[in-house]
Amino acid sequence: MSLTQRAEARGLRPTLSLSARLVAGLGALLLVGGVVLALAAFAYGRTAAREAFDRLLVGAANDIASTVAIRDGQPVVDLPASAFQLLALAPEDRVAYRVSGPGGSLLTGYDDLPEPPGTGGDLRFYDAEFLGEPARYILVSRRFAERSFSGRVDVVVGQTLRARNDLARDITGKALVVLAIGGLAVLVLAVLIVRGALGPLGRLAARLEARDPQDLTPLDGRVPREVLPLVLGLNGFMGRLERQFGTMRRLISDTAHQLRNPVAALRAQADLAGQEPDAERQRVLVGRIHARTKSLGHLLDQMLSRAMVVHRGDSARRALLDLRDIALEAVEAGDPALISGSGAVALEIGEYPVMVRGDALSLTEAAKNLLSNALQHGRAPVRLGVSEADGRASLWVEDAGPGPAAEVRAQLGERFVSGAAQGSGLGLSIAGAVAEAFGGRLEMSGSVPFRMALVLEVAQ
Amino acid sequence: MTCGEPRRRSRRRAASGGAMLTRAAWGARVLLLPLVLVLWGLCHGVAAETAAAPEAVRTFGAGREMVLRTTTDIDVMAPAIAQFLEARPGLAIRYEQWGSNNLYDLTAAECAAGTASAGLVISSAVHHLVKLVNDRCAAPWASDAAAALPDALSWRNEIWGITREPAVIVYNRALVPASEVPRSRFDLLDLLRPERTPYAGKVATYDIEASGLGFLFAFMDSQEASTFGALMEAFARTGAVATCCSAEIIEGVQEGRYLMAYNVLGSYAQTRAAEDPMLGIVAPSDYTLVLSRAAILPGPVADAEAGALLDYLLGPEGQLVLARNRLVGLDPLGADPDGAEEAGRQVPIGLGPPMLLAMDRAKVAQFTARWRDAFGPGQP
Repeated sequence: MSLTQRAEARGLRPTLSLSARLVAGLGALLLVGGVVLALAAFAYGRTAAREAFDRLLVGAANDIASTVAIRDGQPVVDLPASAFQLLALAPEDRVAYRVSGPGGSLLTGYDDLPEPPGTGGDLRFYDAEFLGEPARYILVSRRFAERSFSGRVDVVVGQTLRARNDLARDITGKALVVLAIGGLAVLVLAVLIVRGALGPLGRLAARLEARDPQDLTPLDGRVPREVLPLVLGLNGFMGRLERQFGTMRRLISDTAHQLRNPVAALRAQADLAGQEPDAERQRVLVGRIHARTKSLGHLLDQMLSRAMVVHRGDSARRALLDLRDIALEAVEAGDPALISGSGAVALEIGEYPVMVRGDALSLTEAAKNLLSNALQHGRAPVRLGVSEADGRASLWVEDAGPGPAAEVRAQLGERFVSGAAQGSGLGLSIAGAVAEAFGGRLEMSGSVPFRMALVLEVAQ
Repeated sequence: MTCGEPRRRSRRRAASGGAMLTRAAWGARVLLLPLVLVLWGLCHGVAAETAAAPEAVRTFGAGREMVLRTTTDIDVMAPAIAQFLEARPGLAIRYEQWGSNNLYDLTAAECAAGTASAGLVISSAVHHLVKLVNDRCAAPWASDAAAALPDALSWRNEIWGITREPAVIVYNRALVPASEVPRSRFDLLDLLRPERTPYAGKVATYDIEASGLGFLFAFMDSQEASTFGALMEAFARTGAVATCCSAEIIEGVQEGRYLMAYNVLGSYAQTRAAEDPMLGIVAPSDYTLVLSRAAILPGPVADAEAGALLDYLLGPEGQLVLARNRLVGLDPLGADPDGAEEAGRQVPIGLGPPMLLAMDRAKVAQFTARWRDAFGPGQP
């Protein structure tokens, strides 16, 4: 089963690979660059060819001009063979030439050559036709100031463009070949480099693949910077998974541990009650069974609540909430029996909202636990308040008692430690877990009155 | 005599040192005289004064007519044309033989008017054809046979050299002692140097004003080496004869009127020498000019049949037929019975822009004036 098939079977649709994207992008870049360079090569070829053959024209025209002499008051030209041999270096091109004296009087050559456009210096290039074929011309003027002749002799030399075009094509063609080879080499290198660069991804995948299914430890080792967020995300995900597994394991073991004795005691008392012939004693036994069942129910509630809180601390979204709402909720939802039994709970909250980030359900549970803890173990009056100082928000519960003994304080918050016979220590453990889950902690202070506070950072 | 339309010929004697100026106006000759020898003289120029008309015309084959204009004698090319037409039953070739200057004038005029009527033009005055190519009067033609030519013998795929003919010195074996036979231009100069040289007035060469080929040879000499200046001077001093036509010059040497002749077309001399053992041939060892008669396809677009004829002439069959008439040969002088002649450095007359110099009006005027200074005024 191929990787793609496996991915599709799990609802993953693989898109274009990173290598393909990179290579396609580089290829497009090379193509654009190649087109630009090809245009440049073409322009360069044309310019180079024109300059090379323009020099021939200059040489030939100067050669001819240098043979102009004044004889009997008239300019006379004796065309040099070297001029034509020079022009023959463009072997396939026709040659136009004209030597004219003052007033355009023809000394020799073609009399119907095109004139240069406009006026200019003694050496001018221009493009025109020669008998229906495009050609390049040069005009060289030579001025004479002699006793018998004063004036200007113009030499025009022209040449058709075959050799220029051939040379331009040749230069461009060779440049294009080099370009193509270079481009191809760069593309091949690009493929290799991209493969090398993406190699760590493949190795990472192989490490994950090779892992034991039970192994949820974080990935370690060397990881490229770009892939780090992915690996961190993966590690975080695996960490949450590990914690939830742990929570579940603990829940199961706690449940087994906590329920075994009470249930055994219940069964023993139920046995006793069943065998008791005296109705009065039997009624007392049933009353005990009822009290034990109630205490067992409370224990179960707290265990489930703690598991829920620990689970939510990892998985629930952190919302922006007002700690005062949590306090109100805790008081209103508090155990009416407890509240009514120990007198009123005083609520101390300010006018301004105290904002924190967290999960309302978990925080309410923690507050309820703190409150019921104070009501159960502390001394009335019990106060519940919300305050904010130095960027720290705290939800606190205070009672008039001295608080637990020092050795109990040290263990507070751990499971199954309780100062009272009825408690299991789970209430404070829940509050501590909640505080920890949202980046805060559980603080206790003072002896009389004793205060426990859930301290969180104020949300900006 | 194939130069033989009614015309006058001139013979000049170099004017100097009181040498007598001899002018011989030859009367009209009748073309239809039966000819014993194949004569294909290169008689140009003078006929330009008369109405332009071909010297001879013959039609080969029957069917669609293609015109071939050339300076080459009909009889020389006839075997090649006949063989070419064997494979083309529907084609006829009208063979027009022209003087080179007339041929140039006609082709240039037709080009200017845009009415090219000849399919193929072949001329020994290759500078004329180079000028026509430069004037955009020739059509390009690409073929394997044309591409096989060396670079110097083709230009722009519009002109091709189809023959290889050296310019040689011929002499009369009976009258020139073997020890005095000039092997090079320097030897010729030495012969002419003594005060009372027996060669005075006995050396002939082309009249460059009458013969396009003569002009070309002389012009190429002037471009090739400074020897030419000394030769002109020596010719002038000894009263050398400038006259028209290979046929006449060689006849003169055979008859003893001239002891030797300078710059004679080797192909023609060899044909004569094969029949007359008294005619000796020397390819100058300092350098030997080698002419390739040139061909062009006039008009903006080549006639396909004319192109085929060109390919045939450049191909192995055509070259074989031309070689039989001594127009082509790897060693053009190897057939000489004596083996005395040495082929010197061969200087091919290339086809290309430098040949335009021979068509430049100022250059031609200067060169002709210089030549005329040496040989005196020609025909008035």
